[in-house]
Amino acid sequence: MSSNNAEKTSSSVQRSVQRIVIVGASLAGLSAAESLRSEGFAGTITVIGDEPHAPYDRPPLSKTVLTGWLQAEHTTLPQSVDLQAEWLLGMPAIGLDLGNREVELADGRRVGFDRLLISTGTHARTWPDLAQAALDGVCLLHTRDDAARLRARLAARPKRVLVIGGGFTGSEVASVCRELGLAVTVTERSATPLIGALGAAAGAFAGQLQRAHGVDLRCNVTVMSLEGDESGRLRCAYLSDGDILDIDVAVVALGAVRNVEWLRDSGLAFDSRGLACDAACRAFDINGIVTDGIFVAGDVARWPHPLYGGELLAVEHWGNAVEQARTAAHNMVSVPADFRAYKSLPAFWSRQFGVNLKTIGLPSFADEVVLTQGSVLERRLVAAYGYKGRIVAALTVNMARWLPAYKAMIEARVPFPPVLHSPDSSAELRPVPAGFPPHGQTTHSANAIKTGTGPSTPPPEESSTSDKVKDPRVPPGFQPK
Amino acid sequence: MLRIVVDLNRCESYAQCVFAAPTVFWMKDEESLEYDYAPDDSLLVQVERAAAACPVQAISICWLDEQLEQQGGNHSEQQ
Amino acid sequence: MIQQSLYEQVLDYANRANPYPLYAQLRQTPVTRQTDGSYVVSTYREIVSLLHDPRIGSDFRKRSVHDRPPAGLSTNKEQAFKSQVPEVGTEASASNEGSETEVVPSFIGLDPPEHDRIRRQATWPFGPPHKPGRVADMESELICLANRQIDTMKGKSSIDIVEDFAYPIPVTMISKLLGVPPEDQARLHALSEAIIEGIDLDPQKSQEERKRRQEQSGQTFKDLEQYMEALIERHRKHPGSDLLSGLITDYGPDGPMAQPDIVSTASLLLIAGHETTVNLITNGMLTLLRHPDVLERLRREPNLVIRLVEELLRYEPPVQILPNRVALADITIAGTIIQKGSPVILLLASGSRDPARFHDPDKFDPDRRDNMHLGFGCGIHYCYGAPLARLETQIALTELVRRLENPRLAYDQPPYRQSATLRGPRHLIIEIDGVKD
Ligand SMILES: Cc1cc2nc3c(=O)[nH]c(=O)nc-3n(C[C@H](O)[C@H](O)[C@H](O)COP(=O)(O)OP(=O)(O)OC[C@H]3O[C@@H](n4cnc5c(N)ncnc54)[C@H](O)[C@@H]3O)c2cc1C
Ligand code: SF4
Repeated sequence: MSSNNAEKTSSSVQRSVQRIVIVGASLAGLSAAESLRSEGFAGTITVIGDEPHAPYDRPPLSKTVLTGWLQAEHTTLPQSVDLQAEWLLGMPAIGLDLGNREVELADGRRVGFDRLLISTGTHARTWPDLAQAALDGVCLLHTRDDAARLRARLAARPKRVLVIGGGFTGSEVASVCRELGLAVTVTERSATPLIGALGAAAGAFAGQLQRAHGVDLRCNVTVMSLEGDESGRLRCAYLSDGDILDIDVAVVALGAVRNVEWLRDSGLAFDSRGLACDAACRAFDINGIVTDGIFVAGDVARWPHPLYGGELLAVEHWGNAVEQARTAAHNMVSVPADFRAYKSLPAFWSRQFGVNLKTIGLPSFADEVVLTQGSVLERRLVAAYGYKGRIVAALTVNMARWLPAYKAMIEARVPFPPVLHSPDSSAELRPVPAGFPPHGQTTHSANAIKTGTGPSTPPPEESSTSDKVKDPRVPPGFQPK
Repeated sequence: MLRIVVDLNRCESYAQCVFAAPTVFWMKDEESLEYDYAPDDSLLVQVERAAAACPVQAISICWLDEQLEQQGGNHSEQQ
Repeated sequence: MIQQSLYEQVLDYANRANPYPLYAQLRQTPVTRQTDGSYVVSTYREIVSLLHDPRIGSDFRKRSVHDRPPAGLSTNKEQAFKSQVPEVGTEASASNEGSETEVVPSFIGLDPPEHDRIRRQATWPFGPPHKPGRVADMESELICLANRQIDTMKGKSSIDIVEDFAYPIPVTMISKLLGVPPEDQARLHALSEAIIEGIDLDPQKSQEERKRRQEQSGQTFKDLEQYMEALIERHRKHPGSDLLSGLITDYGPDGPMAQPDIVSTASLLLIAGHETTVNLITNGMLTLLRHPDVLERLRREPNLVIRLVEELLRYEPPVQILPNRVALADITIAGTIIQKGSPVILLLASGSRDPARFHDPDKFDPDRRDNMHLGFGCGIHYCYGAPLARLETQIALTELVRRLENPRLAYDQPPYRQSATLRGPRHLIIEIDGVKD
């Protein structure tokens, strides 16, 4: 942060590093490329991306782009002076050859590297029934093109929009629908919206907000199937509560899937939770050995955080993509003695139903939550999350200016509930259970979770039962035999 | 082409940018900042005022080359 | 005479022209406890952290030290001084504890949630989300105003930047903004002066003299209050497009502002409009004349003024000190425990010169990046008038530099105004060879 350490000389850059390849041309990839240059790296930077566009920003896709304020093409991210990168866009990487240090491209080309950054992020989870998913009117929201298509649908004023999944993306889409005066139903398989990211206590508040804004919110309800007319246009949805909804647009907002398939034969330690790396952002191989020169950043990474019991975190956060990429870039051109550890606190924001929601730290690590400032009624509040008697995260609703104080408390491992005596808090703080779903139970969009302590720790219970429960169509309370 | 991005994690909604460049930045509801990533080049001075005024220095600006944007915006130049 | 503490030396008028070496000494200990039980904070990190801390309040009624003054406190000049000085620069205050007046504290002297509500109400007719373009729309008018003032310098070889330029601009603008009729401006000027005089307690003056001034200042507050009430009445009957009319008639989701809040808000805006930007503009010209190379650059690159004003806010900020905070709980910071109920004094200008945060902090460098200065404070009490002060100063300096021929200081250094908190030259006499058109 200090301007003192901004100046870097190329002398600190490792001479042997000449060719750097970045796979994934989005926020993390661009941020890394920028940082490499400001670190003084003068060699070649090749950025490989399967989307045809220059790096653009995703957060507005579910906000200003959908409301029509911002055109989808206007989301391109700024690039600073003299980036001088080689861009291979519209070009998927399909394999990684660690032995020869080459990335294999879809057109058969192989690109060699001295250092590789993997920043392939995520894609949207699709509707499990392919025929239903292909109906005209069934939409996803992850890319700029998705957003442009969905915006066109909303502008055509559909009679009702169905949002499948009450995570952040689903909630933001529903908020925009209400802003545009469109009727909208949200189905959420668990008890409240945002439960995976914020817990049931805060989720209940989010649910109240939705209802107050006229959303037909159905919790503990799933969509069993989608049905089209003869011409293949979406017509209605069958819900697990027995209702049949007449709709012409359905937004599948079932969370994100890590883009790791292309690493299939690479020997790296990846699975559906992401690609595991150490605190210096170096990828692990399947034997739990840290690789030389292969780095990871952004949504695709699983990384250890000292404040969260050494568990590897997987987050889908803008700020993490930027910061982790910066750390990775620094380490890519440094000798190990100069490596920096990545230990930024997770931070997130969302805008929905008239409020600015921000979090710092990892709410889903918590067992308790307490209102520390403001009031639920006024929709201006700060809530602190605690785990075993210390503060681990905080949420603000239209009170973002207090976040830095909570950040400091989290970093200082202050006891929970914190003693504040702030003028806008009640005299006695009353923590309640945070209400996160049990470890391993999938929610539609957890957004930030802990994923076990080591690169080789198996994911919780990958049995056929939990596979069934992962199916978004399976209703809540379903007991597999 | 002028391009901007705001780090909304850092942003503390002081709205100084909105005062300085009210057609580029706006407050949605009470506290959410929204903005045009691609304001018209004629607004450069306003945008520079906005970026300088931000108390937490959350706003980045740059120039993007029009043709290169199609292929990834290989090149950019300041001012 | 007893040995003065470092902070007492800061307050001592003898050190007004250059308090920065004292700040550097103070920063050796980020948080120091004063003999009267207050805590002085001088380092960047600690100031920022306290300004974001929900355990720090701005409502003086929550001070326990004030309720139970330690022996000898009544003769402590510093305490008297502190309790009087409003935080004019960041959301100025018309609350003046100690004197007899019953002015309702303006939002600067309040804590959440009242503070937040009144500040939202005050912002509704002034800026986003409802009137986002209000300040930006004043640009052309400001340019005209600055040039009219510069026109009056034609034919003179020596001018006072304070009287001839830096004072008239913000005062005219704030009057205009509030909807004060031009014929009343002189009277308000006098009232505002008198109030600041009363606050500007000279530590050298006798206790009787200070008390007399305090009372006078209290009386002036009453006069101002009366004036405002009458003005509000007039605007209520004949609303215009001004801010005061907006406060009365154009309200948002929080409902209309209560009459006493309108009075205190309008009064504080008026005083702030009179007492802060004048120093920023004057400090700006002084700093430019002390750095002729930068002045020359500004003439060639007018847009440099944008960053230059930010650097000015770091390097020579008009508001040096926030003297009126209070700890609402025990706060451990930088190894010190600030006890609940203690007054907390934040040395903003010292924080902005902290070498742990700013590279080469005593250098005036308009190209400085990442310039997160504390010139307007931060946190929920961030200066309300900042957007206007910025625009006024940007335009004022640009036009001065563009039009004045060969400006130079008649003498360095200029006489300073009394206040250590709202610091700035009383006069700034410069010589010029002429005025360009
Ligand atoms: C609609 C939406 C709204 C959001 N809102 C917010 C918000 O309000 N706040 C917040 O903090 N975060 C938000 N996010 C999350 C944030 O955008 C992500 O955290 C961020 O984009 C992650 O960046 P990334 O570069 O790691 O991954 P991504 O942005 O996912 O980019 C990865 C890129 O790699 C490409 N790629 C994948 N595989 C390959 C391959 N084999 N070869 C070549 N290229 C490949 C992908 O196509 C993609 O372009 C939002 C995300 C979405 C989708
Ligand atoms: S000025 Fe900065 S902090 Fe304020 S709203 Fe704009 S971006 Fe956010």
